[in-house]
Amino acid sequence: MPTDFATGLRCRVCGKLYPKGPTNFCTDDFGPLEVDYDYDAIRANISRDKIARRPKSMWRYGELLPVAGVPSVGPQVGGTPLIRADRLADALGVERLWIKNDAVNFPTLSFKDRVVSVALSKAREFGMRTVGCASTGNLANSVAAQAAQAGLETFILVPADLERAKIFGTAVYGAKVIGCTGTYDEVNRLCTQIALKYGWGFVNVNLRPFYAEGSKTMGYEIAEDLGWRFPQHVVCPMAGGALIGKIHKAFTELTRVGLVDQPVTTKMWGAQAAGCNPISDCVKSGRERHKPVRKPTTICKSLAIGDPADGYFAAKLMRDTGGWAEDVTDEEIVDGMLLLARTEGVFAETAGGTTVSVLRKLLEQGRIPRNEEIVICITGNGLKTQDAVFEAIEEPAVIKPTLAEFEALSGSLTAEPVLA
Amino acid sequence: MAIKVQVPTPMREAAGGNAEVAVAGATVKDALADLVRQYPALGSKLFDGGKVRPYVNIFVNDEDVRYLDDLDTKVTDGVVVALIPAVAGG
Repeated sequence: MPTDFATGLRCRVCGKLYPKGPTNFCTDDFGPLEVDYDYDAIRANISRDKIARRPKSMWRYGELLPVAGVPSVGPQVGGTPLIRADRLADALGVERLWIKNDAVNFPTLSFKDRVVSVALSKAREFGMRTVGCASTGNLANSVAAQAAQAGLETFILVPADLERAKIFGTAVYGAKVIGCTGTYDEVNRLCTQIALKYGWGFVNVNLRPFYAEGSKTMGYEIAEDLGWRFPQHVVCPMAGGALIGKIHKAFTELTRVGLVDQPVTTKMWGAQAAGCNPISDCVKSGRERHKPVRKPTTICKSLAIGDPADGYFAAKLMRDTGGWAEDVTDEEIVDGMLLLARTEGVFAETAGGTTVSVLRKLLEQGRIPRNEEIVICITGNGLKTQDAVFEAIEEPAVIKPTLAEFEALSGSLTAEPVLA
Repeated sequence: MAIKVQVPTPMREAAGGNAEVAVAGATVKDALADLVRQYPALGSKLFDGGKVRPYVNIFVNDEDVRYLDDLDTKVTDGVVVALIPAVAGG
């Protein structure tokens, strides 16, 4: 199994190097820390053949993740399908479209299983017994499930008005769920204070540098499933703004370690909800830094982070790669969910509806050419956000179980009877 | 009673080991200036070229100053100013 090629944690602002440990910011300037690797050593140790012989999970790219050997938490996470989406492509008027479908990720049906697998493997390595997170729901589900598997005590703090399915889907694993009045950003701040005071392993706070690396695996899988090459466009939902950057980082790393022999020219596109659009607003307005949204108002709660810490990096990445960001209304989000479900049989959560509708908008604006290769990232499952589409779905007709009633109801639908 | 500035763990060494420092001033800007006057080592951690570093978040009585008047936000005795590193997640 892979060696740990991570050499330390590096400040993304000043470049100062820190030893690997449960810490997430530079003590000189508070800049966020990121895992640093010995890429030359990885290049000498990794190959397409080696990867192909490993199980289809995110850990087949173990050399590029900050864990040594077999991860102790979530060894089966990842390896989700990249679906060629021809019917959705037709509906949107594009030629080549793929869906990276993390709505079926194991174990809790969102891409967050990837980040949590890395974070909790590290938490165990650091000897932590108590873990937790601030979450808009998907992260809560995943931390609760994987901490249960790892035998860790868990505190999950969420905004109190979260979707019920996401609260149930956290509490069921035995996690202590604490609903806080206020926004995600306020909950997140509380977690930062708890992590600093008690030293617990908050996956998105003091374990963040390791956690965020898990997101890269979506990028590795996209490239491998395309035959070790990159698509021309990736459209990605943005909450804290980290995922879009990590997918792009994955592509650049694949080139750097020799697994893909083409430069990265992929344009990165970001999707947000109009009711919480700090990053897309930043890109569209040309500002360098986002303006935080104090009270997000959208049905898309998983993207409702008003003050995204990776907002600056996400906006810069989109500008640097030639991409752009857009945001869509709640109505468009529901339309996007239904379009995806009805063309491809993929029931995505509201973030997926946001991504589909943002792609449509970018196509209509002429920003993404219709004849180029596009991958959209679906990051969570629609079963968790059913409330959002209840009103848009017709109630089923109720009949007595008789042929006569069925025929009366479906008369216009039935074709020629098989037997007269 | 004075204005209290809460110092996060990673900055405490530069603040003489204190978790909380009493300062004086009429605005957040004044309060932070007084903090840096008392503990000069905090200066380069909090400011870059006279501006608050982008990953330092400032709260006045639990409200982010970016939603108030930023560094011009008024403070009075008894107010708690918290310095917290920006973090992400979701």
